[in-house]
Amino acid sequence: MGDMNRRAGSAAASQPTQSLTLDGNEQGFATTRVDALLGWARKYSLFAYPFVTACCGMEFMALTSPRFDLARFGAEAPRFSPRQSDLLWVVGTISQRQAPVLKRIYEQMMEPKYVLAFGTCASSGGFYDNYTTVPGIDKIIPTDVYIPGCPPRPEAVLDGLMLLQDKIAGGEAARRSPGVVKPRFDPPHAVGDLVQLRRSASDPRDLVPALHEREEKAL
Amino acid sequence: MSEAVLEKLKARFGSAVLETHSDFGDDTAVVDASVWKDVARFLREDPSLDFDMPVDLCGVDYPSRTPRMEVVLHLYSVSKRHRVRLKTRVGDEEMDGAEVDSLVAIWPGLDWLEREVYDMSGVRFRGHPDLRRILMYPEFEGHPLQKTYPAERTQPLVPYRTEDEAGVPIQKQPPFGPDEGMPFGRRALPHDGTSAGEAAWSKPGEEN
Repeated sequence: MGDMNRRAGSAAASQPTQSLTLDGNEQGFATTRVDALLGWARKYSLFAYPFVTACCGMEFMALTSPRFDLARFGAEAPRFSPRQSDLLWVVGTISQRQAPVLKRIYEQMMEPKYVLAFGTCASSGGFYDNYTTVPGIDKIIPTDVYIPGCPPRPEAVLDGLMLLQDKIAGGEAARRSPGVVKPRFDPPHAVGDLVQLRRSASDPRDLVPALHEREEKAL
Repeated sequence: MSEAVLEKLKARFGSAVLETHSDFGDDTAVVDASVWKDVARFLREDPSLDFDMPVDLCGVDYPSRTPRMEVVLHLYSVSKRHRVRLKTRVGDEEMDGAEVDSLVAIWPGLDWLEREVYDMSGVRFRGHPDLRRILMYPEFEGHPLQKTYPAERTQPLVPYRTEDEAGVPIQKQPPFGPDEGMPFGRRALPHDGTSAGEAAWSKPGEEN
C-alpha cells in the first residue's frame, strides 16, 4: 500500500496541476451561500432528544409513528444523549423538581441547539398554576417554538416543526426572533386527494372523493 | 354493610371512638389520636375483622376547626370483603401537636403514604422509619396542601430567566395573570398570620 501511494503521489506531482481557484465575483457568491447550505442541511437532519414527562408523550408517539411520519422531516432519529442531539423536545409538564435536570440537559447539548415546547404545559404551565409546576420552560431555558394544545394534534406539531425548520434555514438572525405560527392551507390542487379523517363512511371510497372520479374515468 | 365493624370498635374502645356514621354506605369511625395505633392493630389482628389491605391514607386540613388536621385511613379486608374508614384529628391552629403514631409496623405498605401525608399536610408520624419528603424536594419550605400555604407561592430550584436575558416577553400576557379567569377564582389572602386571613376562611362567601 505504501508503495502504491508513493507512486501515485509522484505521478500526480509530475503532471501539471489545474488551478481550482475562482476569480472575481464567483468567489464571493460561493461564500454567501454557505450559510444557506448549512441551514438547509441542518433543518433536514435534526437529531431529537425527547424529554417526555407527561401525557403529551402519547401524542408524541403518534407523531413519530407511520401515520404522521416524522421521518419525512429528517427528525425521526432520537438520541438519548444530549451531546448527540440538536433538538430538545420538551413534552409535558415540568415540575420545579425537574427544572434543574432540564436545564442541565440543555446545557449539555452542543451548538447549534434548538428547543421545542410541546403542548400547553411545556409552553406556559397550562392549568397547573401552582406550587409545583414551572410556568413554561422559557422561564428556565431559551425556547424556539411553542406548540399549544392539550395535547396538540400531530398536525399542529408538524406545523411547529416546519416553523422551526424555517427558523433554522433563516440562520442566526431568524433564531433570535420569537417564533410565530403561520396559518397553513391545503394546496388547492390536492384537496380532492386528501383523506377526510373526520368523516365516517360506509363505503371506504367515500373517504377519498377522487377515487370515485378515477373509477368513472376508467369505466 | 359492615356496620358490625363499627359495633366491634365501639365495644372494644368505648369513648375513644368519638363518632361513627355510615353515610352513603361508607362506614366511618373517628377515633382519638391516642388510640390510633391500638385501633389499627385491633382491626388488623382480630380474626373476624382481618383488615389486611390499607387502601389509602391522606390528610385533610380544616382551618376553621380545632383540632385542625384530619388523618383519614381507608381499609379493606380481602378475606372478609368489608371496608372501613378510620379518621383521627390532630394539631392546633399552629400545627402544634400534629402527630400520630406511625402504622408502618402494622401495614408496611403505609410507609410511602405516611411520607406523602407528612410532605403535603405536615402531620408527623411517630415511629416512622424514614420520615422524609417524598414528592417535594428537600429544600421546599412548608406543606403545600395546608390551607395556610399561599396559593401563589412557588419555590423554584432554578432562578427564572428575566425578560432582559430572554430578549423576548416570557411573562404571562393579559388577560392571563395571577387570576387566570378561572371560574373558581383564587382569592388572594393575607398569609402573615393575622386575623384577616382566618376571617376570610371562616366566611368563604365574602370577598375580602
